[in-house]
Amino acid sequence: MIHSLFIINNTGDVFMEKHWRSVINKSICDYFFEAQSKATNPEDIPPILSTPHHYLINIYRNNLHFVAVVTTEVPPLFVLEFLHRVCDIFEDYFGDCNESTLKEHYVIVFELLDEMLDNGFPLAMEINVLKELIKPPNFLRTITDTVTGKSTSVGATLPTGQLSNIPWRRTGVKYTNNEAYFDVIEEIDAIIDKNGTTVIAEIQGYIDCLIKLSGMPDLTLTFINPRLLDDVSFHPCVRFKRWESEKILSFVPPDGHFRLMSYHIGSNNMVAIPLYVKHNISFREGSSGRFDVTVCPKQTMGKSVENVVVEVPFPKAVLNVTLTPSQGKYSFDPVSKMMTWEVGKIDTSKLPNIKGSISLQTGAGIPESNPAITVMFSISQMAVSGLKVNRLDMYGEKYKPFKGVKYLTRAGKFQIRT
Amino acid sequence: MSGNGFQQSYANEKPPSSTGSAEADINTDPASSGFFTTDFKKHEDLKQMLDSNKDALKLEAMKRVVGMVAKGKDASELFPAVVKNVVSKNLEIKKLVYVYLTRYAEEQQDLALLSISTFQRALKDPNQLIRASALRVLSSVRVIVIAPIMMLAIKEAVMDMSPYVRKTAAHAIPKLYGLDPETKDQLIEVLERLLGDKTTLVAGSAIQAFEEICPERIDLIHKNYRKLCNLLVDVEEWGQVVIINTLTRYARTQFINPNSGEMAEEEERPFYESSGKEDEGEEEEEGKGEGDQETKKAPYIMDPDHRLLLRQAKPLLNSRNSAVVMAVAQLYHHCAPKAEVGTVAKSLIRLLRSHQELQYVVLSNVATMTTKRKGMFEPYLKSFYVRSSDPLHIKLLKLEILTNLATETNISTILREFQTYVTSSDKDFAAATIQAIGRCASTISEVTDTCLNGLVHLMSNRDEAVVAESVVVIKKLLQMRPQAQQKKRPSEHKAIICHMARMVDKITVPMARASILWLIGEYSERVPKIAPDVLRKLAKSFVNEEDIVKLQVLNLATKLCITNPKQCKLLCQYVLSLAKYDQNYDIRDRSRFLRQMVLPGDNGCVFSKYAKKIFLAPKPAPVLASKFKDRDHFQLGTLSHVLNMRTTGYQELPEWPEEAPDTAVRNVELPPIWEDKPTKPSKTGAKKKHDLKSFYSESESSEEDDSSEDDSSEDDDDEEKGSGDSDAESGSSKAAKSSEEESEEEEEDSSEEEEEEEEDSSEVDSEVEIAVARKKDTKKEVAGKAAKGGTKAAKASADLLLDLDDFGSMDTSGTSSAAVTPGNLLTPTAALDLGPSPGGGDSKPAASSAVLSINVTPKSYDLLHRISGNGLSITYKFTRTISVFSPNMASIELTLTNNSEGPLNNIKLGDIKVQPGMEVQPFPEIATLAVNATTSVLMGVNFNDTTQPASLEVCAGEQKFKVNISASVGELLQPHTMSEGDFANQQKKLGGMNENSATIAVDDESGTDRAICTSVLTAGNLLQVPSSDEKVFKFAAKTLASGTLVLVSVKVTDKKARVTVNSDKMVIGTMLLKDIQKVMEKK
Repeated sequence: MIHSLFIINNTGDVFMEKHWRSVINKSICDYFFEAQSKATNPEDIPPILSTPHHYLINIYRNNLHFVAVVTTEVPPLFVLEFLHRVCDIFEDYFGDCNESTLKEHYVIVFELLDEMLDNGFPLAMEINVLKELIKPPNFLRTITDTVTGKSTSVGATLPTGQLSNIPWRRTGVKYTNNEAYFDVIEEIDAIIDKNGTTVIAEIQGYIDCLIKLSGMPDLTLTFINPRLLDDVSFHPCVRFKRWESEKILSFVPPDGHFRLMSYHIGSNNMVAIPLYVKHNISFREGSSGRFDVTVCPKQTMGKSVENVVVEVPFPKAVLNVTLTPSQGKYSFDPVSKMMTWEVGKIDTSKLPNIKGSISLQTGAGIPESNPAITVMFSISQMAVSGLKVNRLDMYGEKYKPFKGVKYLTRAGKFQIRT
Repeated sequence: MSGNGFQQSYANEKPPSSTGSAEADINTDPASSGFFTTDFKKHEDLKQMLDSNKDALKLEAMKRVVGMVAKGKDASELFPAVVKNVVSKNLEIKKLVYVYLTRYAEEQQDLALLSISTFQRALKDPNQLIRASALRVLSSVRVIVIAPIMMLAIKEAVMDMSPYVRKTAAHAIPKLYGLDPETKDQLIEVLERLLGDKTTLVAGSAIQAFEEICPERIDLIHKNYRKLCNLLVDVEEWGQVVIINTLTRYARTQFINPNSGEMAEEEERPFYESSGKEDEGEEEEEGKGEGDQETKKAPYIMDPDHRLLLRQAKPLLNSRNSAVVMAVAQLYHHCAPKAEVGTVAKSLIRLLRSHQELQYVVLSNVATMTTKRKGMFEPYLKSFYVRSSDPLHIKLLKLEILTNLATETNISTILREFQTYVTSSDKDFAAATIQAIGRCASTISEVTDTCLNGLVHLMSNRDEAVVAESVVVIKKLLQMRPQAQQKKRPSEHKAIICHMARMVDKITVPMARASILWLIGEYSERVPKIAPDVLRKLAKSFVNEEDIVKLQVLNLATKLCITNPKQCKLLCQYVLSLAKYDQNYDIRDRSRFLRQMVLPGDNGCVFSKYAKKIFLAPKPAPVLASKFKDRDHFQLGTLSHVLNMRTTGYQELPEWPEEAPDTAVRNVELPPIWEDKPTKPSKTGAKKKHDLKSFYSESESSEEDDSSEDDSSEDDDDEEKGSGDSDAESGSSKAAKSSEEESEEEEEDSSEEEEEEEEDSSEVDSEVEIAVARKKDTKKEVAGKAAKGGTKAAKASADLLLDLDDFGSMDTSGTSSAAVTPGNLLTPTAALDLGPSPGGGDSKPAASSAVLSINVTPKSYDLLHRISGNGLSITYKFTRTISVFSPNMASIELTLTNNSEGPLNNIKLGDIKVQPGMEVQPFPEIATLAVNATTSVLMGVNFNDTTQPASLEVCAGEQKFKVNISASVGELLQPHTMSEGDFANQQKKLGGMNENSATIAVDDESGTDRAICTSVLTAGNLLQVPSSDEKVFKFAAKTLASGTLVLVSVKVTDKKARVTVNSDKMVIGTMLLKDIQKVMEKK
């Protein structure tokens, strides 16, 4: 299946390679570099490249290219999903998955890659299993190891998870404080038309958990309005039959952070759009233009809209902008022509506004279309779909855990056409 | 990281990029900057460190070596120094050495051989992790010389008790195949066994190995098909992907096309979809499937196995893994009845929210699906709207899908959306949008005029690329207008053509210029005044035009020369002369050819007469079709599909067969010779031996069998994921219980059987017969009881068959193995089992080294009597299988019966009091136990190799009962496979104090081979070892907790049997001997 993996940084340096079958020379990456040079930005590189004898399947994350080499037919999603899972695991291990962390922990990275695949087929991809086989870097243990002179960074026995029916959980978990936190996060994807009508609005929701519970707890999570959820995907721990019959989430949770479920509320439902943008962008003959944007709250259910950021990718013909925001700061990158305005919190009494003039390159002609504005925001303590957790019950263990639920709504791909 | 790592990150080992800038990383060789060291001196340094006797130094050296490997630097010259450390006790060093070895062994084959013996030793290690990793490395070193060793190791690992090791073995199979393709036949044999494995851990890897070495041997899947379907939900996600893909191909060869006979149905089906109530559709679906079969007398009836696959795969649409969702989607696309395919759309749309790489693949698959199934994605039209932040390739795919989805009803929305795209600053995208508009216009005739107007409007766009694209598209559209329509309103076209002719001056894009010229030439009679003028202009600029334009100029000149020779003949001549001396030979060629046609020389060309017919013939319109139309012949979700080219190793999806092949092949029946798998009754086998009456009962029961299989699979799902195994075991216990009850009947049966002279009556046949007979008995017995009880019993009997079947996978518990032929000693047999079969009396020892297959009924003990338990009674028995909880635990099955007045709630284990070193894995809480209901649960106890009882507290609601579970010494063992030679060696080692023996008098009856083996196996969970001496029986086992070897040999000399037990643990040895003695004397 997956033959080799090359990790390449933004400057085109292959700084790590791993082969699960025979060795493939890293010159194979030249095909990738060729495609890279054709693309204007890294996202535009086709994820799947074909070379005379190999196929390169790559992803781009955190300024790194992960290029997997395969030689035979394989479902491409299989490989892509694997690569993303690898990044997730690195992030879990090292807190971040970038060039410097990977280089710093190269031994662990290499051991992990070795453990994850055997002959190119996934062997152990469950984070809890891996953590028992190869311990994550830990400052305290590093010191004890130095003092005692022993090395404890690899596990000597097969993790219990690997054989059990619940591979995601290891046995013998112990905490002094037993806690379970649930974050209900909803992202609004929307396209708003020039005149303010909603072209499409969808909600993508996640329930992320942080579970620190001893033993083998069996949790049941119920919602007040589960009818909202008709398109869901679950972590393997969730018992699907119970969801189908009773619409409750019943599961033995993995230890630590994980995504319990994600759901999608499609465009058929009405989605409340929490803000709208009044805009007036015009380019005039004679190398100048005007720019005037106001952000107004709308349908926020009494909650305040925070962390508002407005991004405007100006056309290439724009030379510079001179703007004055009524609040927050703005910046303009003359290379990518991206204007970013960090608005912060919206004060309903004084609506944030930014206006000023645009200067165009001489002789470039007037841009034909106005840029699409991207808005980011977040609203805490609210799930825009109205989803609410009813209760959490625990079976199988005796202690009383501390439970917490948090709601957050934020912008996903929120775009305003102008 | 260890201590060294700690120093390292603060000393010279810091990665350059984290201190220096990125440029430093490029300019200086990173190897020289400490992190990945390669220069000569450092190597010496490393060698010294590797040779030192301090683990800490070695570890640091190995880390640096691995750093070099990771960076792709050549570290091969360190091979001798590294390979020495393969024997290191330190696990981390060992691991790193393994990593190094797999990388370089291929290059240093001779030196690599030094390490092989270490792996061979490790393959026998009691720790399964070490066994598995040894096998992994051994199979990864790619040294052709050791292929036979690998083969042996794989064969052994396939029989390993640990599923993890078996999984590794499955991975090793394609590795060996890649190294030495000659071994294929042998490997297929091994693989066949792995495919029969019932653990979820192994299933995915086994199928992957199957796909890599022998995807053409679809017949290997037959017997495992139902098992794979039922396991599917519990297999890990990566395995699910390969299994579904394989089963898709399987379905295409074994079932008939579900859409072939459904013409009548099709008409009513879309109703479900158009109403948009996916949920209802889904809920009804199962009922529908069955309903179809019963009510409709339509020619097509879906094979229940086909339905099983679709039903089992469906929940996976909710998987978090996009590859799994895609696999199910393609299964439905290729194998499901049309009406059901719609259900996958929603899940695919959900995937569009994930990473953009995944989006790309999903979209290209959706694009293909939309060419065939428009209705499916229509409700989700808006999800394909393009965002300006999408990468180009995703924008193009979305555009493609939107175009495919366009219908009369939604075209206005789509066109409005397209309008915004046309103004996009991304010009490639804008151009693609124009093409998309063209396609919409050509497919939906209502909007053709609107689109045409819009495109004409675009021709005045400031951007040249947009203009050019519109010209090209307009040309195609005009060309496609039916002639009749053109005649009706020629004026309209005239305006457009005039407009375009005017643009010749401005447009520079060659393709657009060529298109205009072609249009003018084609419709020159509509613009008789303008056309010659255009030609005049272009004749002037001819030399500076692009080739493609030049060809069109020639074309235009010729056509005008034919239609309007008066004005154009000279111009044409001029252009042709220019072309004659052009640099491009195509143009020179064309000029020569055209000249003969329109300006015939002195001798005159035959063709010139027909010039008009040739050049002004009506031309077929181009077809604007989706680029994805031709991808349909590739299986969805494959690499070939995304790349639209056949990749290496792509398996063509077969066409549906006309006639369904025999469905009976999937009934699990006689196992292959060397596989010790129990079976379901094979119809033919059983029929032969039964009279008419039993024939009826047989056929009846086989029907039940089918239905109950469905039931049980659903039950499985209802319970927790893990309950599959426990189900199996509980089932078998039921079997065992019922068999006890009817032991008399069985004996009768067996004697009957002995009378029969069956030449080749194998063990299995007799098994089958007994099973059938037993079922019959159960039925008889049940007939008197109430209806409710009756059905239960019937189900139990059906379960029995299934579960016996389920059991075969566990190596240790394989029932009824065939005799081991001397040539087959390489594959040790695990022969022994539960499940009663004294009836197999006809099995004569075929060869001296035969291993008798004997089935021992697990004895059940009372744990809680119903009087002391206030109505709750519990019995327990040792299942003698590997515990699902831990390999050190004895697997104990509790059977709980509620004899009280009311239901019992929340039955679970309370306080557990055990000796230090012992462990108890409680059974999952039982929520309720209805009155008179019986249930079985599985628990595990690690007795730590003692016969000390484990004190438990069983809680049922408020009540608590104290109980003790103790194990006889025989239950603390697990079977161990070994060869006769090994046995002799080990026995020699365990002499003196470690040997216990006793002589027991036996008579004719108890002195038979079978009786002796039965006695020993009843006393302890041992495994018979093949013996070359007919009168010596050998058995081996290991203790559960410590893995100490226990060997038993019985030597029979007239009327006396000498039993010898050898074991390191003397207590166990003595006690086991006593137990055996007791059992034998009882006989």
